[in-house]
Amino acid sequence: MSIRGKSPSEIMFSIFMFVVCTFMFLIVAYPLYFIIIASISDSQLVSTGKVFLIPKGISLFGYKEIFQDPRIWTGYRNTMTYTILGTFVNLLFTLPAAYVLSRREFRARRFIMFFFVVTLFFNGGLIPTYLLMKGLHLTNTIGVFIFPFAVNVFYLIIARTFFETSLPSELYEAAAIDGCSHFKFFIQVAMPLSKALISVIGLYYLVGHWNDFFTALIYIRSNELQPLQIILRDILLSNQVFASGAGVGGDAGGYAQRYADQIKYGVIIVSTLPILVLYPFLQKYFEKGVMIGSVKG
Amino acid sequence: MIFPAIAVIFIFNYIPLYGVQLAFRDYDFSKGITGGEWRGLYYFDQFINSYLFADLMKNTFFISLATIIIGFPAPIILALILNQIRRKKLKQIMQTTVYLPHFISIIVLVGMLNVLLSPETGIVGYLMKSGGMGDINLLASTTSFIPVYVLSDIWQHCGWNSIIYLAALSTVDPLLYDSAKMDGASRWQTIRYVDIPAIVPTMIILFILSMGGILGTGFEKVFLMQNSLNLPVSEVIATYVYKIGIMSNQFSYAAAIGLFNTVINFIFLFAVNAIAKRASNMSLF
Repeated sequence: MSIRGKSPSEIMFSIFMFVVCTFMFLIVAYPLYFIIIASISDSQLVSTGKVFLIPKGISLFGYKEIFQDPRIWTGYRNTMTYTILGTFVNLLFTLPAAYVLSRREFRARRFIMFFFVVTLFFNGGLIPTYLLMKGLHLTNTIGVFIFPFAVNVFYLIIARTFFETSLPSELYEAAAIDGCSHFKFFIQVAMPLSKALISVIGLYYLVGHWNDFFTALIYIRSNELQPLQIILRDILLSNQVFASGAGVGGDAGGYAQRYADQIKYGVIIVSTLPILVLYPFLQKYFEKGVMIGSVKG
Repeated sequence: MIFPAIAVIFIFNYIPLYGVQLAFRDYDFSKGITGGEWRGLYYFDQFINSYLFADLMKNTFFISLATIIIGFPAPIILALILNQIRRKKLKQIMQTTVYLPHFISIIVLVGMLNVLLSPETGIVGYLMKSGGMGDINLLASTTSFIPVYVLSDIWQHCGWNSIIYLAALSTVDPLLYDSAKMDGASRWQTIRYVDIPAIVPTMIILFILSMGGILGTGFEKVFLMQNSLNLPVSEVIATYVYKIGIMSNQFSYAAAIGLFNTVINFIFLFAVNAIAKRASNMSLF
């Protein structure tokens, strides 16, 4: 960048921008970077502030310990199952409904829309919902992760707006003349034209399922069904680091604590990895999603 | 095609509304939701007169207000800054970075806070010690709970929340920038007179929505950050409802507290909406 031809205020502005951006970048990126280097460094060096920019005293002890812990694998498997099944059901329930609501010739559309939107502002609250789940015998089953959240009204609105603006009604009329039913039109024309929307909504739902711990906290008692997030809570927050229980307090206290932190750093990485790996591929959809949704309420 | 969605919403959103009557009844395990005796406003009375009431309200308000006052402008400022970056590659890198924390789960975030801020083994604890600030445990102190909560919230969501403002900024007619430049506006002035007016409508809508949730302070993060030492400032209505209802099975009392919370949220939503309508002719409904 050249300084020539710039007013002092322009230069001030550029400097200001540079400082602010660098600061923001470091604030956001450094903690993430630190977790990575801390997870492979000697925890003694980490806790005394010796690890700052590059990992020191490299040891993979934490990871070894994590991969031997069966709880992590159970959690991973459960979360994968809930995420895949859940997202599939989400799309299966949300997309057709959004399509129907986008058709102007559908008479009840205003009424049904109102029926959906009300739930954004009113809800029965935790206790009545809890009793309902119990009454439906959904507690302690996979179903509780999938059915209650099958339709998210926000995403439904986004999908409806997308269909409204990107599928001209002439398209359906032309297909209808050729004898196409709404159902067939939805599957064979609307869906293939809506790949961007499906990826965006699917992504939102997917991340939601992956990060969900509230459902399991309230409705799941069985250890076998716990998702990864609950297991993370046990390890990260309740300090139950070792499956054998040797680490918690016990005689080996000092020794265990030393490794406990390394295990925690490692667990953070291991559990966030799938999202971080997918992230670069998904990023291009973020803005698209907001754009699609914000066209009109 | 729409029937499955209607069924799901009806079952999981409307049937619990019916269960709200629990707040006015004694819950009877053998008779179900509608079986107990009517108690009128008994449970509401019990809550308002309980010794915890003042603290719960205060904590919930403080945490929400602090989150809104500091957290609301942050994404706006970020969007204005990002919007000023001229080099495409640089902008891309910045955006990728600031969106990232949004995808970290709340448990991992609180876990990160725990390992980083811990006074014995965390890097921040170490820096504070060597900075001569002593052995403060940021996670267990009553004065630092709200700052840690709010700042980490901004760290996590500010970038993501800025997307909507960036989207609004991208709709600004480039001609406006050109004519501002012609009139000799500096870049500060362009931000002040072109960018900010362009995002005001978005700001108002989002502000109304966030005020509507003022007492809806996220159960999850507060709950995970709670410990016996910061409890005096971290017990909020939502966590209390969970403890009373799910942990100790006082369903009616917990339902009443939950309903109380919803009603106040609603009053806030309507009040802010009405004010916005008067002040700027913008409103949600």
